[in-house]
Amino acid sequence: MAWWRRKKQQLETQTPEEKVSVPKGVWSKCEACGEITYTEELIANLRVCPVCGHHAPMPTAERIEAMLDEGTWEEHDTDLRSGDPLSFADQKPYSQRLEKALRTAGPRDAFRSGVGTMAGVPVSVGFFAFEFMGGSMGSVVGEKVTCVFERALELHRPAVVFSASGGARMQEGVLSLMQMAKTSAARGRLRAAGLPYISVVLHPTTGGVAASFATLGDLIIAEPKALVGFAGPRVIMQTIGQELPKGFQRAEFLLEHGMVDRIVSRLEMREQLGLMLQLLGTKPKTDQPAAQ
Amino acid sequence: MSTKVLEFERPIVELEGKIKELKHLSGGSREMAQEIERLEEKARQLQKERFASLTPWEQVQLAKHPDRPYTLDYIGEITTDFMELRGDRAFADDPAIVGGLCRFDGRTVMIIGHQKGRNTKENLYRNFGMARPEGYRKAQRLMRLAEQFGHPILCFIDTAGAYPGLGAEERGQSEAIASSLELLARLTVPTISVVIGEGGSGGALAIGLTDRILMLEHAVYSVISPRGCASILWKDPEAEQTAAAQLKMTSHDLQSLGICDEIIPEAVGGAHRGLTSTAAALAEALRKHIDELCALDADALVAQRYEKYRRIGHLERE
Repeated sequence: MAWWRRKKQQLETQTPEEKVSVPKGVWSKCEACGEITYTEELIANLRVCPVCGHHAPMPTAERIEAMLDEGTWEEHDTDLRSGDPLSFADQKPYSQRLEKALRTAGPRDAFRSGVGTMAGVPVSVGFFAFEFMGGSMGSVVGEKVTCVFERALELHRPAVVFSASGGARMQEGVLSLMQMAKTSAARGRLRAAGLPYISVVLHPTTGGVAASFATLGDLIIAEPKALVGFAGPRVIMQTIGQELPKGFQRAEFLLEHGMVDRIVSRLEMREQLGLMLQLLGTKPKTDQPAAQ
Repeated sequence: MSTKVLEFERPIVELEGKIKELKHLSGGSREMAQEIERLEEKARQLQKERFASLTPWEQVQLAKHPDRPYTLDYIGEITTDFMELRGDRAFADDPAIVGGLCRFDGRTVMIIGHQKGRNTKENLYRNFGMARPEGYRKAQRLMRLAEQFGHPILCFIDTAGAYPGLGAEERGQSEAIASSLELLARLTVPTISVVIGEGGSGGALAIGLTDRILMLEHAVYSVISPRGCASILWKDPEAEQTAAAQLKMTSHDLQSLGICDEIIPEAVGGAHRGLTSTAAALAEALRKHIDELCALDADALVAQRYEKYRRIGHLERE
């Protein structure tokens, strides 16, 4: 079974809908250290293991709540839905996969975009929803990411994108590939306008998302142990025909190789991002149209 | 002469072989000459018909044909004074991407393209045309250079993809591709990319975010290789033929998806069976697009380019 399918199933058990139906007092076992914690307690701790600090996968709804100041989240672009431009079918038609994801994943596609404040700083912000088809980027995701940057320009505020994605969505073929171009171009406009963009890379961020806006942040911040890379470890292993070093492509490896600015715990993320944005500041708005 | 003959090329190659034999045997006799001419016409017709109805998988095979002309072959055909420029000024020179200044149609242009090798030794040197981060950083350097001196940029795409290796990851393959995209989006000089063979995913797009996207008739362009797609979605790499059809990756698919701006006709039987005529068609198309783009000022160029990519995608609204 493909890795991203397994991941999805694992995440499906933690979607907000199902979470509600889980009776109180249920235990969760930490993937890293095996520690048993009350699920409720774990959720309150942003799914960070209280013993070893392992960052477990987090449903997008919980992340949005945790990253933005209370009551400030305002979602946009909610009417966008993926179509099936290629009439793509593998073992299952793409349209059926979409239907299933819509039924079970919670989010309406693999990205949620909107505005809010982060430790008091107004931001245009977007979150990948890994629980929706492995966070894959098709036309809708590309459009929403582009909207995050364009909205930042329009409102003259910083942009923050939280990425977790297997890459481009194969089922939309070359249209997905071109979303890399579209989003990177939009990101460029923000740079020209002197507005900050912070890219937060979560576990895992690979392929076309890693190779576009996710690595184009003025600052790039990673969650601990997040795997970020162009090619997935399996592909690399097949290519070079040898085992990969321990911790390869993980946040700590990326920090060592100069690919990210900081590794920040989920528990401190909102405050830290707010502080970074304050320190960065924004260039004053000019009357000229946004530089291209 | 062909080193490799694909299954669907065989009948034609065999017929051509027979004609050649006949020519040799005829010893220039007048009667035979007529017969040979008739056979040659038949071979041409056969080839034309066969190549007009290739399956997507056959197109993929043709795009990867080991005899297919590569970037340097086209540079040799359509430009003069090619001055190769090398190195990313940070780590290395990546021979999987070549680039340099040259003269084309009376202008100085910058040409950047993936370069595959013709044999094993060359392929080891060129890494089969799969670039590492330094390749993309060299490309960026050359793009900036062209912009600084106001020269148009032509990019020839022909890669299975960016190299998925250990060192490539250590040196930031993702960032190298991403920053190429951002740079291309804001360049103030005309840019044209041509997919001459394989357009493989992000490694292709990294030199392909251009004002115009052209494709040779038998080139392909895809988000993932059919084999990669098959092993993920079908869980069977052998399903690659089906995947190739599903991915809609031929030049005609790309044109109907609104991504490819123009398809450049190849010699009958593919570019490898007629480099000169294919290169001539390529040169003609490039000339036309460069002229059109050079008529625009920098602001208009950048704004049009943004709009071109801004509207790509299929959206439905609830």
